[in-house]
Amino acid sequence: MTSNPVRVQPVVEGVGVAGAMKAVFLRDMKVAFRQRQDLLNPLLFFVMVVTLFPLGVSPEVSFLREAGAGILWVAALLSVLLSLDHLFRHDFDDGTLEQLVLQPQPLFLLVLAKTLAHWMLTGLPLVILTPVLGVMVHQPGNSIGILCLTLLIGTPVLSLIGSIGAALTLGLRSAGVLLSLLVIPLYIPVLIFGTGTVAAASEGAPVGAYLALMGAFLFLALTLAPFASASALKISMSNS
Amino acid sequence: MSEPLLQAVNLQCERDERILFRDLSFSVLPGTVTRVEGANGSGKTTLLRILAGLNDAWSGDLYWCGEPRARQRESFLRNMLYLGHRPGIKPLLTPMENLRALMAGRRPVSDEVLSRALEGTGLAGYQNVPCRNLSAGQQRRVALARLLVADEPLWLLDEVFTAIDADGVRAIESLLQQRAAEGGAVVVTTHHDLTLPGMQRIVLGGGLTDDE
Repeated sequence: MTSNPVRVQPVVEGVGVAGAMKAVFLRDMKVAFRQRQDLLNPLLFFVMVVTLFPLGVSPEVSFLREAGAGILWVAALLSVLLSLDHLFRHDFDDGTLEQLVLQPQPLFLLVLAKTLAHWMLTGLPLVILTPVLGVMVHQPGNSIGILCLTLLIGTPVLSLIGSIGAALTLGLRSAGVLLSLLVIPLYIPVLIFGTGTVAAASEGAPVGAYLALMGAFLFLALTLAPFASASALKISMSNS
Repeated sequence: MSEPLLQAVNLQCERDERILFRDLSFSVLPGTVTRVEGANGSGKTTLLRILAGLNDAWSGDLYWCGEPRARQRESFLRNMLYLGHRPGIKPLLTPMENLRALMAGRRPVSDEVLSRALEGTGLAGYQNVPCRNLSAGQQRRVALARLLVADEPLWLLDEVFTAIDADGVRAIESLLQQRAAEGGAVVVTTHHDLTLPGMQRIVLGGGLTDDE
């Protein structure tokens, strides 16, 4: 309780942007680790798709060597897509999102912190699992390295673009289908360049240009997506 | 008379092609409690969300300390505390962690102060129990603990008395009164029969009356 009279505080006497972002990030991590089965779902999906593919289509080495990178990329993309709805949904339902929107710091930076946490919890584990699954689908060592690199650059883009869709569909009761329809077209360029890089590498072609383009995607998404998500969140808030 | 913290001029809001209120003008002065009343669906929560800046579907003018609120975003958000009827509490985190996370975006507060605030709302001994194991009333009390550490001069409280027992209600009433005496301003929506001396009332679907 305050002893001195209550008065309007100057803005500077608050918490800085970096501190607020860190708090948002750490809270999301903590909540996720209290609910581990939610954390395992996208990973399990990723592993299952990649294991079932050889069984369902063909276990031939030549086929898997050809299609392996594509299978891994598509599985990663879908598993990120599956986890997107959780990005804001729980926070929206329990009211913490309202409090986030009402924090004095710029909302897009807080959204960026949330998206970063989402990537650390879904995208990054996929990248870490990729070498194992890559060996399973008979990818040569050189390709596995490039595959990991493209996923390392590509999955944050998926999380960032996905955050826009998740924010836009927040107020809807059945957001799942619409979210996929909104987000998948924007995922396609990332998928094409991601798998294209690996294909080029396996043919021995230089991949510098491909990687540069993927890096451009990442920085474009990093700079633009948080703004779009923040505006979309405000719209969703307003309609609820 | 001191300058109003928040001033609304000719507010109008339409929802689902129905006008909730129009030409609604009022001032929220420091040291006052304002109660928003009205039947279910009369737009109490909507009005509060508009004042907090969560709802953009309105027309009219809102002033924060005499300046248009839109141009004072940071100052407004820094000095306004909103408690919605969704309490903003993560069920998986403990009351302590929840409170720490909520304060982290606003003002550095030591754990001791937060722990004492939780004790002050009757949650002594529950500081480290996950909130999903607490009752609905206890969860609301976690959110209310914020009021005990708040330095924001303007409070917007939506249905604060929901799920709170009789003792708790009395405690909140005296807290609001004390807050007003210290110079804070409180706007509250409630169905509970709240009567405080000098309370301003905004009756939605009716008009503005002064309770004196």
